[in-house]
Amino acid sequence: MAKILAVDDSTSMRQMVTFTLKGAGYEVVEAADGVEALDKAKAQKFDLVLSDVNMPKMDGITLIRELRTLPAFKFTPILMLTTESTGEKKQEGKAAGATGWIVKPFNPEQLLATINKVLG
Amino acid sequence: MTASNAAESIVQGTDEKNPAGTESGGSQYLTFVLSGETYGVDILRVQEIKGWTPVTRIPNTPDYMQGVLNLRGTIVPIVDMRMRFNLERIEYTPITVIIVLSIKSESGDRVIGLVVDSVSDVINVESENIKPTPDFGDGLNTEFINGLATGGERMVMLLDVDKLLSVDEIQVLSDASEETEQNADKPDD
Amino acid sequence: MSIDVSQFLETFYEESFEGLDTMESELLGLDVGAADSETINTIFRAAHSIKGGSGTFGLNAVADYTHLMETLLDEMRDGRRQVTEEAVNILLSSVDVLREMLTALRANSELEVDRISEAQQQLEALLGTAGADSAAEVESGQNNKDSAERGWRISFKPHLRLFKTGNDPARIFRELQALGDLTVQMDASDLPEYSYLDPEESYLQWELELKGDIKREALDDVFAWVEDDCVINITPLEPEESEQGSAEEADKTEVAAVAVKTVERRVGERRQENRRKGDRRGSANNESTSIRVGINKVDAVINLVGELVITQSMLSTLGKDFNMKKINKLLEGLDQLELNTRELQEQVMRMRMMPISFAFQRFPRLVHDLSQKMGKKIELKMSGEQTELDKTVIEKIGDPLVHLVRNSLDHGIESPQQRKEAGKPETGILSLHAYHQGGNIVIEVADDGAGLNAEKILAKAIQQGIVQEDVQLEEEQIYELIMLPGFSTAEKVSDVSGRGVGMDVVVRNIQSLGGSLEVTSEAGKGSKFIIRLPLTLAILDGQTVAVGDEDYIVPLISIIESIQVTGDMFHTVAGKGETFRLRDEHLPIIRLHEIFGGNPNTTELTEGLLVVVEGEGRKVGLFVDDLKGQQQVVIKSLEANYKKVDGISGATILGDGSVALILDIPGLIRLSNQHATDDKFKKIA
Repeated sequence: MAKILAVDDSTSMRQMVTFTLKGAGYEVVEAADGVEALDKAKAQKFDLVLSDVNMPKMDGITLIRELRTLPAFKFTPILMLTTESTGEKKQEGKAAGATGWIVKPFNPEQLLATINKVLG
Repeated sequence: MTASNAAESIVQGTDEKNPAGTESGGSQYLTFVLSGETYGVDILRVQEIKGWTPVTRIPNTPDYMQGVLNLRGTIVPIVDMRMRFNLERIEYTPITVIIVLSIKSESGDRVIGLVVDSVSDVINVESENIKPTPDFGDGLNTEFINGLATGGERMVMLLDVDKLLSVDEIQVLSDASEETEQNADKPDD
Repeated sequence: MSIDVSQFLETFYEESFEGLDTMESELLGLDVGAADSETINTIFRAAHSIKGGSGTFGLNAVADYTHLMETLLDEMRDGRRQVTEEAVNILLSSVDVLREMLTALRANSELEVDRISEAQQQLEALLGTAGADSAAEVESGQNNKDSAERGWRISFKPHLRLFKTGNDPARIFRELQALGDLTVQMDASDLPEYSYLDPEESYLQWELELKGDIKREALDDVFAWVEDDCVINITPLEPEESEQGSAEEADKTEVAAVAVKTVERRVGERRQENRRKGDRRGSANNESTSIRVGINKVDAVINLVGELVITQSMLSTLGKDFNMKKINKLLEGLDQLELNTRELQEQVMRMRMMPISFAFQRFPRLVHDLSQKMGKKIELKMSGEQTELDKTVIEKIGDPLVHLVRNSLDHGIESPQQRKEAGKPETGILSLHAYHQGGNIVIEVADDGAGLNAEKILAKAIQQGIVQEDVQLEEEQIYELIMLPGFSTAEKVSDVSGRGVGMDVVVRNIQSLGGSLEVTSEAGKGSKFIIRLPLTLAILDGQTVAVGDEDYIVPLISIIESIQVTGDMFHTVAGKGETFRLRDEHLPIIRLHEIFGGNPNTTELTEGLLVVVEGEGRKVGLFVDDLKGQQQVVIKSLEANYKKVDGISGATILGDGSVALILDIPGLIRLSNQHATDDKFKKIA
């Protein structure tokens, strides 16, 4: 069973993401900010990381950059959750090592379709 | 506790006599005795039966309000039914029991205890056997009576327990008979 | 397949309201002109989260509105826009509008469309982008005119670093394959010699043919994540090219489709199950309000329960084989049990505790708005915001605090002009200070304004018949007059305070929480209102008093002292009943047995005790037989199963399991006055 790290400072978004992915049979670990996510990433392996961009403590871009320095996350798909108004963030994220992005707002079906695609 | 054991055995006894009990369309009533008369309360409202224990008096309340009791952390008011019905008071004895009931009020469900002479039986009453309360004249408050159940030679007055705490604020005796008629139409509750 | 997102709405509302509170307090803390970028970022983040969530959960009006706020904040964050007073005010009112929108949506009531669009126009005017803000959203629609009936030829040459972004050509091929018939031709010409090969880099390139009626847009979607990391050339297939589909490939696609369907079904089933769970959760939520408890508090309770279990098992082992030689061990165990119980009680109570900042947080905004309205310059200073007290107390202290703060703003702090004339700085200071003292929390509302005017208060009190004309009062006693019912000095009813609600209501509210209010003031220097509150409403420190064989609990906070009176201390005043002299005051005596009935051991004042108590600013001597112990009691409601009884605030359960009633001192004093009046009428009749 693929294991996904879901990072978002918004509880409702995390709930929605977790509910959707768990419902599809994925194992999900949540983190509320970049620092928490990085701690969890150092402790266990994930098959995919899903991260919000704007977060307190450590933002998503920094998180991605940090994750890419960890040997276990060298090739792991990392998707950003981003809004259309932060288009430049996509480029910043790509430069930091993001695999791709999911544009907010998204619905559970879109999320699941993308995740399924990436994890094949 | 002897009183609750007694009540339990009564319930069981009835079930043996009438195994079809609750399925027959009527309702079951716990009956108790007050000054020789038999009264009934809807068994579904009865939470427990316990022996009399001293209560804490609440100042400036009607005489029939004996006081409050600690029932596993809840403060429960205790009503003396003899005094509620203006009957002669008697000394409490070891067989004096408190029937703990849940009643419905505007502000939600409440728990109260009724002090009665003794608990006697659980009876099954078919709805067609419930008759409206006749006008007893001045002597008896009929506001609390939902109807009369006649089972064999006995007559049981069925109590409208929800009114026990509320009616004393509005003593409108003239409306009593009118209200009883309305209540007689829905004897099940 | 669709997942019902409404089950996450409640969480979304909760966090959005929190986000709005954050935005509001940060906006108020923003220094116009020299704004701190971290502060703006925090505000931006809050708006951004609300926007993201509202879009996801289908609250489009909220999403549109927050989009404008976010744009404005983004510009501020990047330094493209100055942080002006105007912008801050518009953002503040936007916070209000959003709060209203969310409240209405949560309650399923109508949105105030006019107000929202007016606020939206304000924001748009500020942004100078009315109607143009959707440009970004249309952007992706430019390229998709192209569509090829027969299919596409794609040349795809990834950059070396492709793998390092977690991307994989195989995934891209899989997606393309799902769109149509795909043929892949690999070109390995760029592959270096083995010794130079880095397995983490991508050297291959591909020529792809995708057949079918496929929109160009769909292809762009597939390559969207990698388009900057590779060279992609997409051209429509020429019509004359032959069609050759691979049967094998088609099979694979089918298998994939079946797999997807299974997943879908599984998701569907789980969803239904979860929705049922969600329903139950939802209905439970509506009945009882929730409380957020820090995990450390829960852990502390769990630890203590662990200790309690150990003590219990120790005692039960001891009990199974007990003899008098082990009495010391038993006593030790009981001590331990007492300790465990007390600590557990404290910890559990702490779970209901919240920092007072929840009550304070509205004041920056309130002070900001009111001082602007009144043309006063006021700086708000808050301290001790982390002081914790019971959630219920916090909820109920809000209104009294607002009243006191408004009062200080309106009547306390002078206008800048007046302050200058008085040689004070133009900016007045209003301070809110909270701290623990003993078992109480103290909240001080202080201002450096003109102070209370004792002469004016006294004159007003005499005019209103509250005190006798010839009365001699200390200054402090005069200040206390403002707390009496019916007292008001406000010369004109202002918009800010003095809207018919007097200080007596504040006092009554505080007292209903078991607290007290005190005033100190110094002419020209300012005044201070000191609120003392119990930490919790669930427990109070009580003094047990006896009347005959009945026990009552008197809240310790109302007791001033207990005295044994001698014959020369009391006398009867015609028409006013019994009084006694306590130093230079004459206080009325209330005989508890006369008000509440019962059989006292004595009716001789000299043989019993007078407990001097204070309620709503009035002191009386409560005559009882005797004092018993002091203890903490857990307050139980009489109303839950019966009704409110005058003079009684509740009940508690004593150590022996019996019930004792807790006295409501202000209520008792009112009851006694009524009693006295009734007696008078009886005598006349």
